[in-house]
Amino acid sequence: MSTEQLPEHPDFLWRNPEPKSSYDAVIVGGGGHGLATAYFLAKNHGMTNIAVLEKGWLAGGNMARNTTIIRSNYLWDESAAIYEHALKLWEILPEELEYDFLFSQRGVMNLAHTLGDVRESMRRVGANKLNGVDAEWLDPKQVKELCPILNISDNIRYPVMGATYQPRAGIAKHDHVAWAFARKCDELGVDIIQNCEVTGFVKDGNRVVGVKTNQGTINTEKVGLCAAGHSSVLAEMAGFRLPIQSHPLQALVSELHEPVHPTVVMSNHVHVYVSQAHKGELVMGAGVDSYNGYGQRGSFHVIEHQMAAAVELFPIFARAHVLRTWGGIVDTTLDASPIVGNTPVENMFVNCGWGTGGFKGTPAAGMTFAHNIATGTPHKLNKPFALERFETGALIDEHGAAAVAH
Amino acid sequence: MLLISCPNCGSRDETEFHYGGQAHVAYPENPSALNDREWAEFLFYRDNTKGAFAERWLHSTGCRQWFNMLRDTVTYEIQAVYPMGSPRPDTPGPAPESGTASTAADSTTTGTAAPKISGTSISGTSTSSTSTTAPEGATK
Ligand SMILES: Cc1cc2nc3c(=O)[nH]c(=O)nc-3n(C[C@H](O)[C@H](O)[C@H](O)COP(=O)(O)OP(=O)(O)OC[C@H]3O[C@@H](n4cnc5c(N)ncnc54)[C@H](O)[C@@H]3O)c2cc1C
Ligand SMILES: [Zn+2]
Repeated sequence: MSTEQLPEHPDFLWRNPEPKSSYDAVIVGGGGHGLATAYFLAKNHGMTNIAVLEKGWLAGGNMARNTTIIRSNYLWDESAAIYEHALKLWEILPEELEYDFLFSQRGVMNLAHTLGDVRESMRRVGANKLNGVDAEWLDPKQVKELCPILNISDNIRYPVMGATYQPRAGIAKHDHVAWAFARKCDELGVDIIQNCEVTGFVKDGNRVVGVKTNQGTINTEKVGLCAAGHSSVLAEMAGFRLPIQSHPLQALVSELHEPVHPTVVMSNHVHVYVSQAHKGELVMGAGVDSYNGYGQRGSFHVIEHQMAAAVELFPIFARAHVLRTWGGIVDTTLDASPIVGNTPVENMFVNCGWGTGGFKGTPAAGMTFAHNIATGTPHKLNKPFALERFETGALIDEHGAAAVAH
Repeated sequence: MLLISCPNCGSRDETEFHYGGQAHVAYPENPSALNDREWAEFLFYRDNTKGAFAERWLHSTGCRQWFNMLRDTVTYEIQAVYPMGSPRPDTPGPAPESGTASTAADSTTTGTAAPKISGTSISGTSTSSTSTTAPEGATK
């Protein structure tokens, strides 16, 4: 094995047009989800007179900050359906978007360190199989065979008791994914407008008819919110509330190393997950900082804690160095599942709550949300994820599959 | 790491504390009168303010007491520490980093169907800058 060469970029990605005075639909937020939504609106629904408004630079939010883990081994039927649909789309998108974003299906392992973990994991493997999601239970020896640098000795604080493994899971290059969607959006006629912050909405009664921005007011028939960590702020401007709490989520990378880590390893129990990126850096992350925060940074003890866990599981990492740490703002819900659907405001739709794990969902979020925006009614895959579930009590509790895991 | 001034123990590292989320959320005065929408508001909806936010903290590895804190969720600057049961202190608080002036008072309970909470417990106006009327808190 040797470190991979990154593919050449296309010469041209997207135009930087001035906003028009009106669009058929406006997507707020130019991260992965906003761009994917615009792409599917144009491709599947013929809506090309649309714009993506991004307050900063394209995909500079969580899309640029995530650790790119893609998997679909969630517990409940509703989640398995939408995440597995996303995974199937990941498998065809490089060709469809004509852009090699280095989707690498190197597998993802979720370690079990307690009897409780083992039971939860085996149950999830069973549920995954019933839902057509590839999943296996590995004993510690099989774990070691797949990932030789893992310490499976009994002599650590939380010995590895086994793992779930999804072979089709993996990682991709997140910025390339964003550029791939952006380039296709642009080709299809979508206006991508950067440095355009939405500061309010124009309503006619309870119907949204425009957005106010720092580049002027833009009339529109439909608005789709894809603002991740800032979803509550936008909902507030529109006059409704979301059951979202925004938290800092941090990650870090080491310097470049020879390839030593062939797969992706995650541990909810000791709070760390690690992969090795294409160029060779070790990429690590953990759980959110406990407090609410919009600062795109967190507290250092969270980094220290995850490195301690990583060094115990992977003794050879003791010689690696932290090169960079950073943070994003993640939009968490109480059931660890996203919110995709209609809002109390007519013609305004919301896609948020993907929290710590929405990169993997990007294609399915885009496809279903575009359907919801274009037709006014949810796609069958996003229907269970409507805002109403907090009233009906039909929650989709994915804490087991999603807690630290991304 | 935040350096937090426990009212009982003084300045300590954040790692000694446990976060308790939004402050001044009272248990509904008359639970059986709430409809599903109102229960959803009480159970699942919390303010998610960008800017000055009133929140609870527990000094879990120190005096084990809860207290309230006013903290800016953008700069993380701690603006006030005050006891459970006290109203939120008025803040001259800096405006949030971006957004319109209206977001400074982010997420006042616009909740159209916020649970009706009696006058003796805490009102839902937790992040309003005019919360001087916030009554004594029914903290647990
Ligand atoms: C450290 C970290 C690690 C992660 N790891 C993983 C992982 O391994 N796997 C995984 O599946 N997920 C992961 N995630 C989660 C994932 O990144 C997010 O769920 C996902 O990126 C959210 O969708 P998005 O790309 O559209 O968000 P973003 O890229 O955040 O897009 C939202 C955009 O909205 C813009 N915006 C906000 N307000 C306004 C406004 N008023 N006007 C205009 N624009 C506005 C923002 O500037 C931003 O660009 C991770 C997140 C973080 C922070
Ligand atoms: Zn104390």
